[in-house]
Amino acid sequence: MSTLTTAAYLVSSVLFILSLRGLSHPSTARRGNFLGILGMAIAIVTTLSNPGVLSYKEIGIAFLIGGLIGTSIAVKIQMTALPQLVAAFHSLVGLAAVFVAASAYYNPSAFNIGAVGSIPMGSLIEMSIGTAIGAVTFTGSIIAFGKLQGFVSGNPLVFKGQHFINLLLGLGIIALIVKFCIDQNQELFWLIVFASFVIGVLLIVPIGGADMPVIVSMLNSYSGWAAAGIGFTLSNNLLIITGALVGSSGAILSYIMCKGMNRSFLNVLLGGFGGEQAASAGGVKDDRQAKQGNAADAAFMMKNSKTIIIVPGYGMAVAQAQHALREMGDLLKAAGAEVRYAIHPVAGRMPGHMNVLLAEANVPYDEVLELDEINRDFSETDVAFVIGANDVTNPAAKTDKTSAIYGMPILDVENAGQVFFVKRGMASGYAGVQNELFFRENTLMLFGDAKKVCEDIIKGLEN
Amino acid sequence: MSEISNQLENLSYKAQQIANEASQLASSVTETSGGHSDFIIFGITVLVLACFVGYYVVWSVTPALHSPLMGVTNAISSVIIVGALLAAGPVDSNISKYFGLVAVTLAAVNIFGGFVVTNRMLSMFKKKQ
Repeated sequence: MSTLTTAAYLVSSVLFILSLRGLSHPSTARRGNFLGILGMAIAIVTTLSNPGVLSYKEIGIAFLIGGLIGTSIAVKIQMTALPQLVAAFHSLVGLAAVFVAASAYYNPSAFNIGAVGSIPMGSLIEMSIGTAIGAVTFTGSIIAFGKLQGFVSGNPLVFKGQHFINLLLGLGIIALIVKFCIDQNQELFWLIVFASFVIGVLLIVPIGGADMPVIVSMLNSYSGWAAAGIGFTLSNNLLIITGALVGSSGAILSYIMCKGMNRSFLNVLLGGFGGEQAASAGGVKDDRQAKQGNAADAAFMMKNSKTIIIVPGYGMAVAQAQHALREMGDLLKAAGAEVRYAIHPVAGRMPGHMNVLLAEANVPYDEVLELDEINRDFSETDVAFVIGANDVTNPAAKTDKTSAIYGMPILDVENAGQVFFVKRGMASGYAGVQNELFFRENTLMLFGDAKKVCEDIIKGLEN
Repeated sequence: MSEISNQLENLSYKAQQIANEASQLASSVTETSGGHSDFIIFGITVLVLACFVGYYVVWSVTPALHSPLMGVTNAISSVIIVGALLAAGPVDSNISKYFGLVAVTLAAVNIFGGFVVTNRMLSMFKKKQ
Protein backbone atom coordinates (compact mmCIF):
# COMPACT_ATOMS: atom_id res chain seq x y z
CA MET A 1 0.00 0.00 0.00
CA SER A 2 1.47 3.34 -0.98
CA THR A 3 1.94 6.14 1.51
CA LEU A 4 -0.68 8.24 -0.25
CA THR A 5 -3.26 5.46 -0.03
CA THR A 6 -2.53 4.92 3.63
CA ALA A 7 -2.88 8.65 4.27
CA ALA A 8 -6.19 8.80 2.41
CA TYR A 9 -7.53 5.87 4.44
CA LEU A 10 -6.45 7.67 7.59
CA VAL A 11 -8.43 10.75 6.50
CA SER A 12 -11.45 8.49 5.99
CA SER A 13 -11.06 7.00 9.45
CA VAL A 14 -10.90 10.43 11.06
CA LEU A 15 -13.97 11.57 9.11
CA PHE A 16 -15.89 8.52 10.38
CA ILE A 17 -14.93 9.32 13.96
CA LEU A 18 -16.03 12.94 13.48
CA SER A 19 -19.25 11.74 11.92
CA LEU A 20 -20.17 9.83 15.10
CA ARG A 21 -18.98 12.75 17.18
CA GLY A 22 -21.46 14.99 15.36
CA LEU A 23 -24.33 12.98 16.81
CA SER A 24 -23.68 14.39 20.27
CA HIS A 25 -26.27 17.08 19.50
CA PRO A 26 -29.13 17.35 17.01
CA SER A 27 -27.78 20.69 15.75
CA THR A 28 -24.48 19.15 14.57
CA ALA A 29 -25.84 15.75 13.57
CA ARG A 30 -26.54 16.46 9.91
CA ARG A 31 -23.02 17.75 9.41
CA GLY A 32 -21.83 14.55 11.05
CA ASN A 33 -23.74 12.47 8.55
CA PHE A 34 -22.23 14.51 5.73
CA LEU A 35 -18.70 13.88 7.07
CA GLY A 36 -19.51 10.17 7.08
CA ILE A 37 -20.52 10.33 3.42
CA LEU A 38 -17.31 12.23 2.62
CA GLY A 39 -15.23 9.63 4.44
CA MET A 40 -16.90 6.83 2.51
CA ALA A 41 -16.38 8.63 -0.81
CA ILE A 42 -12.67 9.08 -0.08
CA ALA A 43 -12.34 5.41 0.90
CA ILE A 44 -14.03 4.25 -2.31
CA VAL A 45 -12.10 6.57 -4.66
CA THR A 46 -8.82 5.63 -2.97
CA THR A 47 -9.53 1.95 -3.41
CA LEU A 48 -10.56 2.43 -7.03
CA SER A 49 -7.20 4.07 -7.73
CA ASN A 50 -5.44 0.94 -6.50
CA PRO A 51 -3.48 -0.48 -9.47
CA GLY A 52 -5.08 -3.90 -8.92
CA VAL A 53 -8.58 -2.52 -9.53
CA LEU A 54 -9.19 -2.43 -13.28
CA SER A 55 -12.70 -3.61 -14.07
CA TYR A 56 -14.37 -0.25 -13.62
CA LYS A 57 -17.33 -1.07 -15.83
CA GLU A 58 -18.55 -4.09 -13.91
CA ILE A 59 -17.84 -2.41 -10.59
CA GLY A 60 -19.70 0.70 -11.72
CA ILE A 61 -22.75 -1.36 -12.68
CA ALA A 62 -22.72 -3.32 -9.41
CA PHE A 63 -22.32 -0.12 -7.41
CA LEU A 64 -25.11 1.62 -9.30
CA ILE A 65 -27.55 -1.26 -8.86
CA GLY A 66 -26.82 -1.43 -5.14
CA GLY A 67 -27.00 2.32 -4.76
CA LEU A 68 -30.36 2.53 -6.51
CA ILE A 69 -31.86 -0.26 -4.42
CA GLY A 70 -30.53 1.22 -1.19
CA THR A 71 -31.69 4.74 -1.96
CA SER A 72 -35.17 3.76 -3.07
CA ILE A 73 -35.72 1.64 0.04
CA ALA A 74 -34.42 4.37 2.33
CA VAL A 75 -36.59 7.04 0.72
CA LYS A 76 -39.78 4.99 0.87
CA ILE A 77 -39.52 3.29 4.24
CA GLN A 78 -42.00 4.34 6.94
CA MET A 79 -40.38 5.61 10.11
CA THR A 80 -42.31 3.07 12.20
CA ALA A 81 -40.57 0.32 10.19
CA LEU A 82 -37.06 1.62 10.96
CA PRO A 83 -36.05 -1.26 13.28
CA GLN A 84 -36.65 -3.93 10.65
CA LEU A 85 -34.91 -1.82 8.01
CA VAL A 86 -31.82 -1.51 10.18
CA ALA A 87 -31.89 -5.27 10.86
CA ALA A 88 -32.14 -5.96 7.13
CA PHE A 89 -29.21 -3.65 6.40
CA HIS A 90 -27.09 -5.40 9.03
CA SER A 91 -27.69 -8.70 7.30
CA LEU A 92 -26.23 -7.26 4.09
CA VAL A 93 -23.00 -6.22 5.82
CA GLY A 94 -22.68 -9.75 7.18
CA LEU A 95 -23.28 -11.33 3.80
CA ALA A 96 -20.86 -8.92 2.10
CA ALA A 97 -18.19 -9.95 4.63
CA VAL A 98 -18.75 -13.60 3.75
CA PHE A 99 -18.42 -12.86 0.03
CA VAL A 100 -15.26 -10.80 0.48
CA ALA A 101 -13.69 -13.57 2.55
CA ALA A 102 -14.71 -16.20 -0.01
CA SER A 103 -13.23 -14.09 -2.74
CA ALA A 104 -9.99 -13.73 -0.79
CA TYR A 105 -9.89 -17.47 -0.35
CA TYR A 106 -10.26 -18.21 -4.07
CA ASN A 107 -7.98 -15.44 -5.31
CA PRO A 108 -5.59 -14.51 -2.49
CA SER A 109 -3.19 -12.70 -4.80
CA ALA A 110 -5.69 -9.84 -5.29
CA PHE A 111 -5.29 -9.19 -1.56
CA ASN A 112 -1.55 -9.83 -1.40
CA ILE A 113 -1.94 -12.81 0.88
CA GLY A 114 -0.07 -15.48 -1.03
CA ALA A 115 -1.45 -17.93 -3.61
CA VAL A 116 -4.24 -20.50 -3.65
CA GLY A 117 -3.39 -23.38 -1.35
CA SER A 118 -0.55 -21.53 0.34
CA ILE A 119 -2.27 -18.72 2.18
CA PRO A 120 -0.32 -17.86 5.33
CA MET A 121 -1.75 -19.15 8.60
CA GLY A 122 -2.42 -15.67 10.03
CA SER A 123 -4.54 -14.66 7.06
CA LEU A 124 -6.47 -17.92 7.22
CA ILE A 125 -7.35 -17.37 10.87
CA GLU A 126 -8.50 -13.79 10.20
CA MET A 127 -10.38 -14.83 7.11
CA SER A 128 -12.27 -17.64 8.82
CA ILE A 129 -13.14 -15.56 11.87
CA GLY A 130 -14.38 -12.73 9.63
CA THR A 131 -16.43 -15.25 7.67
CA ALA A 132 -17.96 -16.81 10.76
CA ILE A 133 -18.97 -13.46 12.31
CA GLY A 134 -20.30 -12.24 8.96
CA ALA A 135 -22.38 -15.37 8.48
CA VAL A 136 -23.83 -15.21 12.01
CA THR A 137 -24.67 -11.54 11.45
CA PHE A 138 -26.40 -12.42 8.18
CA THR A 139 -28.84 -15.08 9.37
CA GLY A 140 -29.24 -13.53 12.83
CA SER A 141 -30.30 -10.25 11.25
CA ILE A 142 -32.66 -12.00 8.87
CA ILE A 143 -34.45 -13.63 11.82
CA ALA A 144 -34.51 -10.34 13.73
CA PHE A 145 -35.94 -8.70 10.60
CA GLY A 146 -38.59 -11.43 10.34
CA LYS A 147 -39.59 -11.01 13.97
CA LEU A 148 -39.85 -7.23 13.68
CA GLN A 149 -41.69 -7.37 10.37
CA GLY A 150 -44.02 -10.13 11.58
CA PHE A 151 -42.90 -12.87 9.14
CA VAL A 152 -41.60 -14.88 12.07
CA SER A 153 -43.57 -15.02 15.32
CA GLY A 154 -42.34 -12.45 17.84
CA ASN A 155 -42.77 -15.02 20.58
CA PRO A 156 -39.61 -16.62 21.85
CA LEU A 157 -39.09 -20.08 20.37
CA VAL A 158 -37.59 -22.29 23.03
CA PHE A 159 -36.99 -26.01 22.95
CA LYS A 160 -35.19 -28.50 25.11
CA GLY A 161 -31.42 -28.65 24.84
CA GLN A 162 -31.31 -25.41 22.85
CA HIS A 163 -28.32 -23.94 24.62
CA PHE A 164 -26.52 -27.26 24.51
CA ILE A 165 -26.95 -27.42 20.72
CA ASN A 166 -25.69 -23.84 20.40
CA LEU A 167 -22.66 -24.67 22.52
CA LEU A 168 -21.97 -27.78 20.45
CA LEU A 169 -22.28 -25.81 17.20
CA GLY A 170 -20.04 -23.06 18.56
CA LEU A 171 -17.33 -25.55 19.47
CA GLY A 172 -17.84 -27.25 16.10
CA ILE A 173 -17.19 -23.97 14.30
CA ILE A 174 -13.98 -23.44 16.28
CA ALA A 175 -12.84 -26.97 15.40
CA LEU A 176 -13.68 -26.35 11.73
CA ILE A 177 -11.67 -23.11 11.77
CA VAL A 178 -8.66 -24.89 13.24
CA LYS A 179 -8.90 -27.66 10.65
CA PHE A 180 -9.41 -25.11 7.85
CA CYS A 181 -6.30 -23.19 8.88
CA ILE A 182 -4.25 -26.35 8.57
CA ASP A 183 -5.80 -27.92 5.44
CA GLN A 184 -7.00 -24.83 3.51
CA ASN A 185 -9.71 -27.09 2.18
CA GLN A 186 -12.59 -25.40 0.34
CA GLU A 187 -15.25 -27.78 1.71
CA LEU A 188 -14.17 -26.73 5.19
CA PHE A 189 -14.57 -23.07 4.27
CA TRP A 190 -18.17 -23.58 3.19
CA LEU A 191 -18.84 -25.78 6.22
CA ILE A 192 -17.78 -22.88 8.44
CA VAL A 193 -20.16 -20.61 6.52
CA PHE A 194 -23.01 -23.10 6.79
CA ALA A 195 -22.52 -23.84 10.51
CA SER A 196 -22.37 -20.11 11.23
CA PHE A 197 -25.59 -19.56 9.27
CA VAL A 198 -27.29 -22.18 11.44
CA ILE A 199 -26.01 -20.79 14.73
CA GLY A 200 -27.10 -17.29 13.67
CA VAL A 201 -30.68 -18.56 13.35
CA LEU A 202 -30.58 -20.55 16.58
CA LEU A 203 -29.21 -17.62 18.58
CA ILE A 204 -32.05 -15.27 17.67
CA VAL A 205 -35.18 -17.50 17.58
CA PRO A 206 -35.49 -17.80 21.39
CA ILE A 207 -35.59 -14.03 21.83
CA GLY A 208 -38.91 -12.22 22.23
CA GLY A 209 -40.09 -9.17 20.29
CA ALA A 210 -39.58 -6.55 22.99
CA ASP A 211 -36.00 -7.67 23.56
CA MET A 212 -35.25 -6.76 19.96
CA PRO A 213 -33.63 -3.39 20.83
CA VAL A 214 -30.82 -5.34 22.51
CA ILE A 215 -30.56 -7.78 19.62
CA VAL A 216 -30.60 -5.15 16.87
CA SER A 217 -27.81 -3.31 18.72
CA MET A 218 -25.90 -6.55 19.20
CA LEU A 219 -26.10 -7.37 15.49
CA ASN A 220 -24.97 -3.82 14.76
CA SER A 221 -21.94 -4.60 16.88
CA TYR A 222 -21.33 -7.92 15.09
CA SER A 223 -21.40 -6.26 11.68
CA GLY A 224 -18.62 -3.99 12.93
CA TRP A 225 -16.49 -6.89 14.17
CA ALA A 226 -16.99 -8.65 10.83
CA ALA A 227 -15.64 -5.57 9.04
CA ALA A 228 -12.69 -5.44 11.44
CA GLY A 229 -11.99 -9.14 10.77
CA ILE A 230 -11.86 -8.50 7.03
CA GLY A 231 -9.62 -5.50 7.80
CA PHE A 232 -7.05 -7.88 9.29
CA THR A 233 -7.18 -10.06 6.18
CA LEU A 234 -6.52 -7.02 4.00
CA SER A 235 -3.99 -5.51 6.44
CA ASN A 236 -6.15 -2.41 6.21
CA ASN A 237 -6.35 -0.02 9.16
CA LEU A 238 -9.41 1.82 7.85
CA LEU A 239 -11.50 -1.34 8.10
CA ILE A 240 -10.11 -2.16 11.52
CA ILE A 241 -10.79 1.33 12.89
CA THR A 242 -14.28 1.54 11.40
CA GLY A 243 -15.08 -1.98 12.53
CA ALA A 244 -13.99 -1.14 16.07
CA LEU A 245 -16.09 2.05 16.07
CA VAL A 246 -19.20 0.24 14.91
CA GLY A 247 -18.48 -2.73 17.15
CA SER A 248 -18.14 -0.63 20.28
CA SER A 249 -21.13 1.51 19.33
CA GLY A 250 -23.38 -1.54 19.07
CA ALA A 251 -21.99 -2.99 22.28
CA ILE A 252 -22.63 0.23 24.20
CA LEU A 253 -26.18 0.47 22.86
CA SER A 254 -26.88 -3.14 23.91
CA TYR A 255 -25.51 -2.32 27.35
CA ILE A 256 -27.75 0.75 27.67
CA MET A 257 -30.78 -1.29 26.62
CA CYS A 258 -30.00 -4.09 29.08
CA LYS A 259 -29.59 -1.55 31.86
CA GLY A 260 -32.93 -0.01 30.88
CA MET A 261 -34.52 -3.38 31.59
CA ASN A 262 -32.32 -4.27 34.58
CA ARG A 263 -31.36 -7.53 32.91
CA SER A 264 -27.97 -8.92 32.13
CA PHE A 265 -26.87 -9.27 28.54
CA LEU A 266 -26.56 -13.02 29.04
CA ASN A 267 -30.12 -13.21 30.34
CA VAL A 268 -31.40 -11.52 27.17
CA LEU A 269 -29.20 -13.69 24.97
CA LEU A 270 -30.36 -16.93 26.53
CA GLY A 271 -33.84 -15.84 25.54
CA GLY A 272 -37.22 -17.24 26.42
CA PHE A 273 -38.30 -14.02 28.14
CA GLY A 274 -41.77 -12.59 27.52
CA GLY A 275 -44.28 -13.45 24.85
CA GLU A 276 -47.46 -15.47 25.33
CA GLN A 277 -45.90 -18.18 27.47
CA ALA A 278 -44.74 -15.79 30.11
CA ALA A 279 -48.02 -13.91 29.94
CA SER A 280 -50.06 -16.99 30.75
CA ALA A 281 -47.65 -18.23 33.38
CA GLY A 282 -47.44 -14.89 35.17
CA GLY A 283 -51.08 -13.94 34.69
CA VAL A 284 -52.48 -14.36 38.17
CA LYS A 285 -56.23 -13.73 38.09
CA ASP A 286 -56.95 -10.25 39.28
CA ASP A 287 -60.41 -9.35 40.55
CA ARG A 288 -59.66 -5.72 41.10
CA GLN A 289 -61.48 -3.29 38.89
CA ALA A 290 -59.66 -0.57 37.01
CA LYS A 291 -61.46 2.73 36.61
CA GLN A 292 -62.48 3.43 33.07
CA GLY A 293 -62.83 6.87 31.54
CA ASN A 294 -63.69 8.22 28.14
CA ALA A 295 -62.07 10.65 25.74
CA ALA A 296 -64.41 13.49 26.66
CA ASP A 297 -63.43 13.26 30.37
CA ALA A 298 -59.76 13.20 29.43
CA ALA A 299 -60.14 16.20 27.12
CA PHE A 300 -61.94 18.18 29.80
CA MET A 301 -59.41 17.40 32.52
CA MET A 302 -56.35 18.00 30.38
CA LYS A 303 -57.73 21.29 29.12
CA ASN A 304 -57.76 22.50 32.71
CA SER A 305 -54.28 21.36 33.64
CA LYS A 306 -51.07 23.34 33.66
CA THR A 307 -48.48 20.63 33.15
CA ILE A 308 -48.77 17.45 31.08
CA ILE A 309 -46.22 14.73 30.43
CA ILE A 310 -46.86 12.28 27.61
CA VAL A 311 -45.27 8.81 27.87
CA PRO A 312 -45.20 7.07 24.47
CA GLY A 313 -44.33 3.42 23.90
CA TYR A 314 -44.28 0.82 21.16
CA GLY A 315 -48.10 0.78 21.03
CA MET A 316 -48.00 4.33 19.69
CA ALA A 317 -45.77 3.18 16.83
CA VAL A 318 -48.02 0.21 16.04
CA ALA A 319 -51.10 2.44 15.89
CA GLN A 320 -49.19 5.14 13.93
CA ALA A 321 -50.57 7.57 16.51
CA GLN A 322 -47.64 10.00 16.60
CA HIS A 323 -49.24 12.62 14.34
CA ALA A 324 -52.59 12.60 16.16
CA LEU A 325 -50.68 12.73 19.45
CA ARG A 326 -48.71 15.79 18.37
CA GLU A 327 -51.93 17.50 17.25
CA MET A 328 -53.42 16.80 20.66
CA GLY A 329 -50.32 18.24 22.28
CA ASP A 330 -50.55 21.39 20.14
CA LEU A 331 -54.16 21.98 21.18
CA LEU A 332 -53.24 21.55 24.83
CA LYS A 333 -50.36 23.97 24.44
CA ALA A 334 -52.73 26.44 22.81
CA ALA A 335 -54.98 26.02 25.86
CA GLY A 336 -52.06 27.14 28.03
CA ALA A 337 -50.58 23.85 29.26
CA GLU A 338 -46.92 22.92 29.26
CA VAL A 339 -46.62 19.67 27.28
CA ARG A 340 -43.53 17.47 27.42
CA TYR A 341 -42.66 13.93 26.42
CA ALA A 342 -40.85 11.33 28.56
CA ILE A 343 -38.94 8.54 26.82
CA HIS A 344 -37.87 5.35 28.56
CA PRO A 345 -34.55 3.90 27.27
CA VAL A 346 -36.22 0.71 26.01
CA ALA A 347 -39.39 2.26 24.60
CA GLY A 348 -39.98 0.98 21.06
CA ARG A 349 -38.14 -1.67 19.12
CA MET A 350 -34.78 0.02 18.66
CA PRO A 351 -32.73 2.55 20.64
CA GLY A 352 -34.11 6.05 20.10
CA HIS A 353 -37.13 4.76 18.14
CA MET A 354 -39.65 7.01 19.92
CA ASN A 355 -37.52 10.12 19.44
CA VAL A 356 -37.49 9.60 15.69
CA LEU A 357 -41.25 9.03 15.53
CA LEU A 358 -41.97 12.16 17.56
CA ALA A 359 -39.53 14.13 15.42
CA GLU A 360 -41.35 12.82 12.36
CA ALA A 361 -44.57 14.21 13.79
CA ASN A 362 -42.85 17.60 14.17
CA VAL A 363 -42.48 17.52 17.93
CA PRO A 364 -39.50 19.80 18.73
CA TYR A 365 -36.64 17.78 20.22
CA ASP A 366 -36.30 20.04 23.25
CA GLU A 367 -39.75 18.95 24.45
CA VAL A 368 -38.67 15.28 24.39
CA LEU A 369 -36.80 14.24 27.53
CA GLU A 370 -35.01 11.15 28.77
CA LEU A 371 -35.89 9.23 31.91
CA ASP A 372 -33.26 10.82 34.21
CA GLU A 373 -34.05 14.29 32.94
CA ILE A 374 -37.77 14.21 33.63
CA ASN A 375 -38.49 11.54 36.24
CA ARG A 376 -38.46 13.94 39.20
CA ASP A 377 -40.98 16.23 37.52
CA PHE A 378 -43.86 13.75 37.61
CA SER A 379 -44.66 14.66 41.21
CA GLU A 380 -45.26 18.27 40.17
CA THR A 381 -47.22 17.34 37.07
CA ASP A 382 -51.01 17.55 36.75
CA VAL A 383 -51.49 14.87 34.10
CA ALA A 384 -49.41 11.94 32.86
CA PHE A 385 -50.69 10.59 29.56
CA VAL A 386 -49.40 7.06 28.91
CA ILE A 387 -49.89 5.91 25.33
CA GLY A 388 -48.69 2.52 24.14
CA ALA A 389 -46.27 1.97 27.02
CA ASN A 390 -46.89 -0.49 29.84
CA ASP A 391 -44.12 -2.30 31.73
CA VAL A 392 -41.93 0.82 31.87
CA THR A 393 -44.55 2.56 34.04
CA ASN A 394 -45.25 -0.31 36.47
CA PRO A 395 -44.62 0.78 40.08
CA ALA A 396 -44.23 -2.89 41.03
CA ALA A 397 -40.70 -2.66 39.60
CA LYS A 398 -39.80 -0.59 42.66
CA THR A 399 -41.75 -2.38 45.36
CA ASP A 400 -42.51 -6.01 44.47
CA LYS A 401 -39.39 -8.13 44.85
CA THR A 402 -41.12 -11.16 43.31
CA SER A 403 -41.99 -9.32 40.10
CA ALA A 404 -40.24 -10.29 36.87
CA ILE A 405 -39.43 -6.65 36.28
CA TYR A 406 -38.23 -5.84 39.81
CA GLY A 407 -35.36 -3.38 39.73
CA MET A 408 -36.05 -2.10 36.25
CA PRO A 409 -35.86 1.71 36.12
CA ILE A 410 -39.36 3.01 35.48
CA LEU A 411 -41.02 6.33 34.72
CA ASP A 412 -42.72 7.45 37.93
CA VAL A 413 -46.02 8.33 36.29
CA GLU A 414 -47.97 7.29 39.41
CA ASN A 415 -46.69 10.45 41.12
CA ALA A 416 -48.61 12.68 38.73
CA GLY A 417 -51.91 14.20 39.85
CA GLN A 418 -53.89 12.25 37.28
CA VAL A 419 -52.81 9.37 35.03
CA PHE A 420 -54.53 8.57 31.74
CA PHE A 421 -53.59 5.17 30.40
CA VAL A 422 -54.40 4.53 26.75
CA LYS A 423 -54.61 0.80 26.09
CA ARG A 424 -56.47 -1.61 23.83
CA GLY A 425 -57.51 -3.98 26.63
CA MET A 426 -56.55 -5.16 30.09
CA ALA A 427 -53.92 -7.62 28.83
CA SER A 428 -50.58 -7.52 30.62
CA GLY A 429 -47.46 -6.17 28.98
CA TYR A 430 -44.48 -7.92 27.44
CA ALA A 431 -43.08 -9.13 30.74
CA GLY A 432 -46.39 -10.83 31.52
CA VAL A 433 -46.77 -8.80 34.69
CA GLN A 434 -49.97 -7.05 35.77
CA ASN A 435 -49.45 -3.30 35.93
CA GLU A 436 -50.16 -2.02 39.46
CA LEU A 437 -50.76 1.39 38.01
CA PHE A 438 -54.15 0.36 36.60
CA PHE A 439 -55.64 0.05 40.09
CA ARG A 440 -54.36 3.28 41.53
CA GLU A 441 -56.80 5.95 42.77
CA ASN A 442 -55.49 8.49 40.29
CA THR A 443 -55.50 6.29 37.18
CA LEU A 444 -58.18 6.39 34.52
CA MET A 445 -58.05 3.83 31.71
CA LEU A 446 -58.88 4.96 28.19
CA PHE A 447 -59.60 1.80 26.23
CA GLY A 448 -59.20 1.84 22.47
CA ASP A 449 -56.75 2.14 19.62
CA ALA A 450 -54.09 4.75 20.45
CA LYS A 451 -54.71 6.81 17.33
CA LYS A 452 -58.50 6.67 17.72
CA VAL A 453 -58.29 7.78 21.35
CA CYS A 454 -56.09 10.75 20.42
CA GLU A 455 -58.49 11.78 17.68
CA ASP A 456 -61.44 11.56 20.07
CA ILE A 457 -59.62 13.71 22.60
CA ILE A 458 -58.83 16.22 19.84
CA LYS A 459 -62.56 16.42 19.08
CA GLY A 460 -63.26 16.92 22.76
CA LEU A 461 -60.67 19.69 22.98
CA GLU A 462 -62.00 21.47 19.93
CA ASN A 463 -65.54 21.66 21.37
CA MET B 1 -4.17 6.44 -31.94
CA SER B 2 -6.45 3.74 -30.67
CA GLU B 3 -3.82 1.15 -31.49
CA ILE B 4 -1.23 2.96 -29.43
CA SER B 5 -3.62 3.34 -26.54
CA ASN B 6 -4.44 -0.35 -26.80
CA GLN B 7 -0.79 -1.22 -26.68
CA LEU B 8 -0.33 1.11 -23.77
CA GLU B 9 -3.18 -0.59 -21.98
CA ASN B 10 -1.63 -3.97 -22.66
CA LEU B 11 1.71 -2.76 -21.41
CA SER B 12 0.24 -1.30 -18.27
CA TYR B 13 -1.62 -4.53 -17.67
CA LYS B 14 1.58 -6.51 -18.03
CA ALA B 15 3.40 -4.11 -15.76
CA GLN B 16 0.57 -4.58 -13.34
CA GLN B 17 1.01 -8.34 -13.42
CA ILE B 18 4.72 -8.09 -12.91
CA ALA B 19 4.19 -5.70 -10.04
CA ASN B 20 1.69 -8.10 -8.52
CA GLU B 21 4.07 -11.00 -8.81
CA ALA B 22 6.86 -8.93 -7.34
CA SER B 23 4.73 -7.88 -4.41
CA GLN B 24 3.69 -11.49 -3.91
CA LEU B 25 7.29 -12.50 -3.81
CA ALA B 26 8.02 -9.67 -1.43
CA SER B 27 5.13 -10.65 0.78
CA SER B 28 6.22 -14.26 0.82
CA VAL B 29 9.65 -13.06 1.83
CA THR B 30 8.28 -10.92 4.63
CA GLU B 31 6.08 -13.87 5.55
CA THR B 32 9.03 -16.11 6.24
CA SER B 33 10.69 -13.31 8.16
CA GLY B 34 7.53 -12.78 10.20
CA GLY B 35 6.28 -9.73 8.28
CA HIS B 36 2.62 -10.62 8.50
CA SER B 37 2.61 -11.45 12.15
CA ASP B 38 4.01 -7.94 12.54
CA PHE B 39 0.86 -6.58 10.99
CA ILE B 40 -1.28 -8.65 13.34
CA ILE B 41 0.31 -6.98 16.36
CA PHE B 42 0.11 -3.60 14.65
CA GLY B 43 -3.50 -4.24 13.66
CA ILE B 44 -4.47 -5.31 17.16
CA THR B 45 -2.88 -2.13 18.50
CA VAL B 46 -5.00 -0.09 16.12
CA LEU B 47 -8.09 -2.13 16.99
CA VAL B 48 -7.71 -1.63 20.72
CA LEU B 49 -7.06 2.09 20.40
CA ALA B 50 -10.01 2.48 18.04
CA CYS B 51 -12.23 0.68 20.56
CA PHE B 52 -11.30 3.30 23.14
CA VAL B 53 -12.05 6.11 20.69
CA GLY B 54 -15.37 4.44 19.88
CA TYR B 55 -16.19 4.05 23.56
CA TYR B 56 -15.80 7.74 24.35
CA VAL B 57 -17.36 9.02 21.15
CA VAL B 58 -20.42 6.80 21.43
CA TRP B 59 -21.07 7.64 25.08
CA SER B 60 -21.18 11.30 24.08
CA VAL B 61 -23.99 10.63 21.61
CA THR B 62 -27.27 11.96 22.97
CA PRO B 63 -29.83 9.18 23.62
CA ALA B 64 -32.36 11.00 21.43
CA LEU B 65 -30.12 10.27 18.44
CA HIS B 66 -29.52 6.58 19.08
CA SER B 67 -31.55 5.56 16.04
CA PRO B 68 -29.57 7.82 13.68
CA LEU B 69 -26.42 6.47 15.35
CA MET B 70 -27.42 2.99 14.26
CA GLY B 71 -28.11 4.32 10.78
CA VAL B 72 -24.67 5.92 10.49
CA THR B 73 -22.77 2.99 11.98
CA ASN B 74 -24.64 0.70 9.65
CA ALA B 75 -23.60 2.83 6.68
CA ILE B 76 -19.95 3.13 7.69
CA SER B 77 -19.60 -0.57 8.50
CA SER B 78 -20.11 -1.00 4.75
CA VAL B 79 -16.58 0.31 4.39
CA ILE B 80 -16.09 -3.40 3.82
CA ILE B 81 -16.66 -2.31 0.21
CA VAL B 82 -12.91 -1.63 0.17
CA GLY B 83 -12.34 -5.37 0.28
CA ALA B 84 -15.15 -5.98 -2.19
CA LEU B 85 -13.61 -3.56 -4.71
CA LEU B 86 -10.21 -5.23 -4.46
CA ALA B 87 -11.90 -8.59 -4.99
CA ALA B 88 -13.86 -7.36 -8.00
CA GLY B 89 -10.88 -5.46 -9.40
CA PRO B 90 -8.96 -7.96 -11.58
CA VAL B 91 -9.81 -8.03 -15.31
CA ASP B 92 -9.98 -11.80 -15.74
CA SER B 93 -13.34 -13.27 -14.84
CA ASN B 94 -13.39 -15.98 -12.22
CA ILE B 95 -15.50 -17.00 -9.24
CA SER B 96 -13.51 -14.72 -6.97
CA LYS B 97 -14.35 -11.68 -9.06
CA TYR B 98 -18.07 -12.52 -9.09
CA PHE B 99 -18.07 -12.85 -5.32
CA GLY B 100 -16.43 -9.44 -5.20
CA LEU B 101 -19.07 -7.91 -7.46
CA VAL B 102 -21.89 -9.33 -5.34
CA ALA B 103 -20.21 -7.89 -2.26
CA VAL B 104 -19.89 -4.50 -3.99
CA THR B 105 -23.63 -4.51 -4.69
CA LEU B 106 -24.56 -5.52 -1.14
CA ALA B 107 -22.26 -2.92 0.39
CA ALA B 108 -23.58 -0.24 -1.98
CA VAL B 109 -27.18 -0.96 -0.90
CA ASN B 110 -26.05 -0.40 2.65
CA ILE B 111 -23.97 2.70 2.05
CA PHE B 112 -26.71 4.52 0.16
CA GLY B 113 -29.54 3.12 2.26
CA GLY B 114 -27.77 3.86 5.54
CA PHE B 115 -26.76 7.43 4.79
CA VAL B 116 -30.06 8.35 3.11
CA VAL B 117 -32.24 6.99 5.90
CA THR B 118 -30.04 8.68 8.53
CA ASN B 119 -30.32 11.95 6.69
CA ARG B 120 -34.09 11.53 6.58
CA MET B 121 -34.22 10.92 10.32
CA LEU B 122 -31.94 13.83 11.17
CA SER B 123 -33.77 16.29 8.95
CA MET B 124 -36.87 15.70 11.10
CA PHE B 125 -35.24 16.76 14.37
CA LYS B 126 -36.21 20.39 14.86
CA LYS B 127 -35.87 22.85 17.68
CA LYS B 128 -38.80 24.68 19.23
CA GLN B 129 -39.66 27.77 17.20
